Amino acid sequence: MTAISRPARARQAADRPRRRRLSPLARREAFWGYLFISPWIIGFLVFVLGPMIASLLFTFTNINLAQETPLAFVGLKNWQTLLGDGQAWAALGVTFRFALLQLPVIIALPFILALALNSKYLKGQGLFRVLFFLPYVIPFVSGVLIWQGMLNLETGWVNMALRWLGVENPPNWLNDSAVIYPALVMIGVWGIGAGIIVNLAGLRGIPTELYDAAKIDGAGFWGALRHITLPMMSPVIFYTLVLAIVDVLQYFLVPLVINNGTGEPSGSTFFFNLYLYKNFFTYQNMAYGATLAWLLFLVTLVVSLLVFRSSRRWVYYAGER
Amino acid sequence: MASGVGRLEAVAAGGELAGVTRSRRSLRPRRPRDAVKSFALTFAIVAVLAAFLSPMVRSALVSLKTPDQLSETNAPLLPSLPRQLEYQGKSVDIYVVPMPDGSSRQLALVKPGRTQSTFVDPADPALAPIVWQGAWRTLDRAWQLAPAWQNYVDVWNLIDFPRLLFNTVALALISMVGTLVSCTLVAYGFARFRFPGRSLLFTILIATIFLPGAVTIIPTYTMFAKLGWVGTWLPLLVPTFFANAFDVFLIRQYFLTIPREMDEAAAIDGAGPFRTLVSVILPQAWPAIIAVAIFHLVYAWNDFFNPLIYLSTRPELQPLAVGLQRFNGIHYRNPAYVQAGTLMTMLIPVVLFLVFQRVFTRGVVITGVDK
Repeated sequence: MTAISRPARARQAADRPRRRRLSPLARREAFWGYLFISPWIIGFLVFVLGPMIASLLFTFTNINLAQETPLAFVGLKNWQTLLGDGQAWAALGVTFRFALLQLPVIIALPFILALALNSKYLKGQGLFRVLFFLPYVIPFVSGVLIWQGMLNLETGWVNMALRWLGVENPPNWLNDSAVIYPALVMIGVWGIGAGIIVNLAGLRGIPTELYDAAKIDGAGFWGALRHITLPMMSPVIFYTLVLAIVDVLQYFLVPLVINNGTGEPSGSTFFFNLYLYKNFFTYQNMAYGATLAWLLFLVTLVVSLLVFRSSRRWVYYAGER
Repeated sequence: MASGVGRLEAVAAGGELAGVTRSRRSLRPRRPRDAVKSFALTFAIVAVLAAFLSPMVRSALVSLKTPDQLSETNAPLLPSLPRQLEYQGKSVDIYVVPMPDGSSRQLALVKPGRTQSTFVDPADPALAPIVWQGAWRTLDRAWQLAPAWQNYVDVWNLIDFPRLLFNTVALALISMVGTLVSCTLVAYGFARFRFPGRSLLFTILIATIFLPGAVTIIPTYTMFAKLGWVGTWLPLLVPTFFANAFDVFLIRQYFLTIPREMDEAAAIDGAGPFRTLVSVILPQAWPAIIAVAIFHLVYAWNDFFNPLIYLSTRPELQPLAVGLQRFNGIHYRNPAYVQAGTLMTMLIPVVLFLVFQRVFTRGVVITGVDK
């Protein structure tokens, strides 16, 4: 990660024994270093660490923006409310159900497309790469509104294609709780451009000697994919998976634009973060909103830690051992 | 540009990118079976890509349609108007009429009837009228291509596009300056100075990428509300002056590729650290600076959530993203207006991307793979 040049590393090693008492020169260097990174340190304290601690403290108070009752510590009252709050747990369930559909698609599809784009049989790879990336730069609201039209029951092209293929009653994508998640995944797939590029760069980083050796050993396409490509790509897949998990657990903006945050059809888009957003933004109940936010943070942390633990079994780091 | 970008590329994938393209060329398929594979794969990718980009095509076509065409169920895909003919002082509709010999002609309906109707040839209405046996209501209308460019003029005024555009550009540019200045300073600090706790601090910086925003938003919003900043641009601008992990990482990776000998020479000549940054490092680092500038412009242009929560009560201060959502709430019954507004909102980021697409893809590679 830190690509320090060799002389620099040697210098660092030489510094190590007298690390505790820096020489005047080193102290000067450290002063300038801290000075230059100070914008980030201040920003981190004011906009990240401070708010994190504050939001944890909020969960033990009755703070809200109007504050009609005096501000007071209420102990674990918010957390008790949360335990008995069916709506919160239902919303968490909605988020998890959606995540189970969204994650495999959003991880696998960029990988598969990158494999295809990286194939020696494909010409014009650069052009394809640009065009697949293009929707990634389309403003969020524009993208959602384009897809809202695309998925329209009567005039949307998805259903026109389905009718042309002989499907008599194509689904009402955005208004039927049975098909709303596939519809939202379709919208999400529009942003896989960055994933394709990250996967492509990963694929190109695999030494070609490995494939030559596999060929000599008689491995075909599938053999090479299973024994070389997948293990060598596992760090990239791991990284995209962790980022995708953090993202999907906070999902709610697409349904917020599509149906104004009503949770329609029949509560299927009442995502956890939508409930959180309503609590802090619509009702301005900062204390309970913060409690929901900390629950979400803890859930994200637990899921990420589980993925990290499992990574020892499936993520291969070249050079390790 | 070329040499600088080449360096970014080398950072990105250890020089693989350039080498691979060359070796791919020598592996170009020659045997007939390879040609079949090549054709099949290219065909499949083109098909997937067509489906992938078709929503944009649909949006563009819908944006040029009139309400009349949108309400007609059998209307063609292309923006069109029903063909009509001025006949004896009134306009009559033109239909596609099947002829007894199996062909079909576009004829103007001058006298409709339940079982037989009278048509004239629009090319020469003076010719003898044609009497057609059958129910005219079963006939399809004849259409002619007629994009309704007026939709864009309407939306420009209805959405108050100049105001939204000004807000978007101003927000994007001011926050871009904040991002560039702060991220350059921080990246320089991490790339060139040794200080206790550097690697720990850098790890914390990178870890913030994985932090869910939900856990900080409530106290941040409360703080801005208590400061009286909600309903102003300040919550969107001030934080950008305190650096962010993605852009610091991108610039730092680039700084690391610049040889230290030059700043050591500058130091011997008596330049201070700040002077070295401005006159030695920055002149060599502008590909990275441009990458961050473009990335940030597109990011700021597309940001929806922050302007939504901080500017919800002040429509006159909102950027395009929020204005478009509001517009959709008012005009959702006219899809042509909604899609026209959508395309007007995305035009500039898409053009920026197409012009700077190399910068984009390399930036994604650096922030996405090297960590």
